[in-house]
Amino acid sequence: MNETARKILAPIVFIVGILALWEFAVWYNQLPDFRMASPSDLFPHYAEFADLFIVKSWETLWRTVVGLALAVVVGTLIGMLMGFSRFARDGLYPILVGFNAIPKATVVPIVALMFVGQHDFNTILIAFMISFFPIAVSVSIGLSTLEPEYRDILRSLGASNTTIFWKIALPKTLPEFFGALKVAVTLAFIGTNLMEIVSPHGRGLGDLFDSARISSDYPLMFAVLFAMAALGIVLFYIVVFLERIFAGWAERAPS
Amino acid sequence: MTTANPMIELKSVTHAYKTKAGPLPVLDALTLQIPENSFCAVVGPSGCGKSTLTRLVSGLMKPNEGEVWLHDQKVTSPRPTVGMAFQNPVLLEWRTILQNVMLPFEIVKSPMSKAEAHDRAMHLLDLVGLAGFEGKRPSELSGGMRQRASLCRSIIHKPDVLILDEPFGALDAFTREDLWCTMHDLREAEPFTCLLITHDLRESVFLADQVIVLSGRPAHAQYVLDVDITGKRTLDDLYTPKAAEMLATLRHQIQVAQGRATDADAPLDGHPTKAEGAA
Ligand SMILES: Nc1ncnc2c1ncn2[C@@H]1O[C@H](COP(=O)(O)OP(=O)(O)OP(=O)(O)O)[C@@H](O)[C@H]1O
Ligand SMILES: [Mg+2]
Repeated sequence: MNETARKILAPIVFIVGILALWEFAVWYNQLPDFRMASPSDLFPHYAEFADLFIVKSWETLWRTVVGLALAVVVGTLIGMLMGFSRFARDGLYPILVGFNAIPKATVVPIVALMFVGQHDFNTILIAFMISFFPIAVSVSIGLSTLEPEYRDILRSLGASNTTIFWKIALPKTLPEFFGALKVAVTLAFIGTNLMEIVSPHGRGLGDLFDSARISSDYPLMFAVLFAMAALGIVLFYIVVFLERIFAGWAERAPS
Repeated sequence: MTTANPMIELKSVTHAYKTKAGPLPVLDALTLQIPENSFCAVVGPSGCGKSTLTRLVSGLMKPNEGEVWLHDQKVTSPRPTVGMAFQNPVLLEWRTILQNVMLPFEIVKSPMSKAEAHDRAMHLLDLVGLAGFEGKRPSELSGGMRQRASLCRSIIHKPDVLILDEPFGALDAFTREDLWCTMHDLREAEPFTCLLITHDLRESVFLADQVIVLSGRPAHAQYVLDVDITGKRTLDDLYTPKAAEMLATLRHQIQVAQGRATDADAPLDGHPTKAEGAA
C-alpha cells in the first residue's frame, strides 16, 4: 500500500470499525437512548439540525481561531522576552506555571462577571488564556537553547541582533513552535467550549450541547460531541498542514 | 616577518575564559603579523587556543588585554570584509545548500548582482566538488560535504580576510589535497589574506607563506617558519628535501609545544618522520 493511500485509508478503516463496534455494543446490550445513543441515532439529528450545526460550529470555530491567534502573538512575545532575558525568564516562569495551574473552569464565571455581556470577547479570552502557555514556553526554550555556533555564522559578518533573530533564531525555533501549537490549538478549542457550556450565552456548539442536555435529547448531545471532535480534528490538521509548509525541513525522511 | 602595513596584526593579546573553576588563561601576550594577501597557517597542540585566536581576529570576542588590528583599524566588532569558516561547520538546516552558501549576501552589501552572486555560488560549489548538490538540504550531506559547503559560504562575498578553522578536518586525504590546490587557484584569481588553523603540517607548508607554531596553553607564538617555496606550488613540492626539513622542524616545534621535547633535541634533519609520510 502506498504512503498517501495508507494515510487516508487507515483512519477511515478505524473510524468505521469503531462506529460498527459501538453500534453493535448498544444493540447487543439493548441500551435505551437515554443511557447510550448509537451512531445510527446521530445521523437523523445531523440532518434535522444541519443549519444549527453549521451556525454553531462557525461560532465555535472563529472564536477558537481568534483566541489561538491571540495566544500565538502574546505567547510568542512572552517567549521571546523569556528567551532573550534570563532575568525575565527567572521572574516570569513561576508566575506562568501558577497561572497555567488554575483550572480555567473557575476563571469562566469571573471573566463573565468582569465583562458582562461581552460574550465573544469573554470566550476568546478563555480560549487565549488556556492556550498561550505551551507557546510561550516552547518559544522561550527554543530561543534560549539556540547554539551559539548558529548565531556566530551571522555575527561574524556583522549582522545585527534583529537580523540574527529573523534569519536564525526564528526559523530554528519553528519546529518547537509548531509542536506547541498542536497542543495549543486543542486547548483553545476546549477553552471556547468551556465558556459556551459553563457560561451559556446562546452561541457555539457548547450552547447546542447545553440545549440538548436541558431537553434531555441524548442522541443530540452525542451528535454535538462528535461535531466537536470533527472540528477539533480539522483545526489540528490545519496546524499540521502549516507545520509542513513552514517547518517541513525538520521532518526527517523515514529511514 | 614585519612589514609596514600588516593586514592582520595582534599586539600582545592576552585572553582568559571565565570558568566555574576560575579564569582559564588561553592566550598569553600573543603577537603576530600577517602581511596583506599573504597566507598564514597556525599550528599548535589541541586546546591551545587556536579557535580562540580566530574568534578574536574576526571580532566575535574581545581580548582581555592587547589589541587586534585589521587593515589599520582596531577590531572592536565583527566586520563584513571578513569571511570565516568555523571548526564546526554549522549549516542552516532549513535552507538548501545553495541558500546556505548565498547567506552572506543577505547581510553584506556586495557590488555583485543577483545573477553574478548566483553564478559565483555555483562556481564555488563546483570547485569544491559539490556540483549538483545545490538543491539538497544539509541533512542529506556527509560531514565532509558540509565542511566544503561551509568553506564556500566563507568566501562567497569575496572577503579581504579569510579565516579558516580546520576547514579540511573532515575530509579524506585525496579530497583534501584537491582542495589545497583549489585554495591556491582561488588566491591567484582574487588575492586575499588568509589565516588558516590546521593540524596538518603538510597542509600548512603547502598552503602558507608563514607557519606559526603556538605553544601549549596559554599560547604565545613559539616559532615562526617562513615557507620559501617560490613559484606556483604543486604537491611535488611537499616531497623535496627542503619541505622535509621544514616539516621536521615544525614537528619538532609542536613536540616542544606539547612539552614532549626541548629545544635541545635537534630535529631529524631532512627526514620526515613516519607520521607525516603517512598523513
Ligand atoms: N567558551 C569557552 N568557555 C570556557 N573555556 C573555553 C571556551 N572555549 C574554549 N575554551 C577553552 O579554551 C581552550 C582553548 O580552546 P580553543 O577552542 O581555542 O582550542 P583549539 O586550539 O582550537 O583546540 P582544537 O585544536 O582542539 O580545536 C580550551 O582549553 C578550551 O577548553
Ligand atoms: Mg579549535
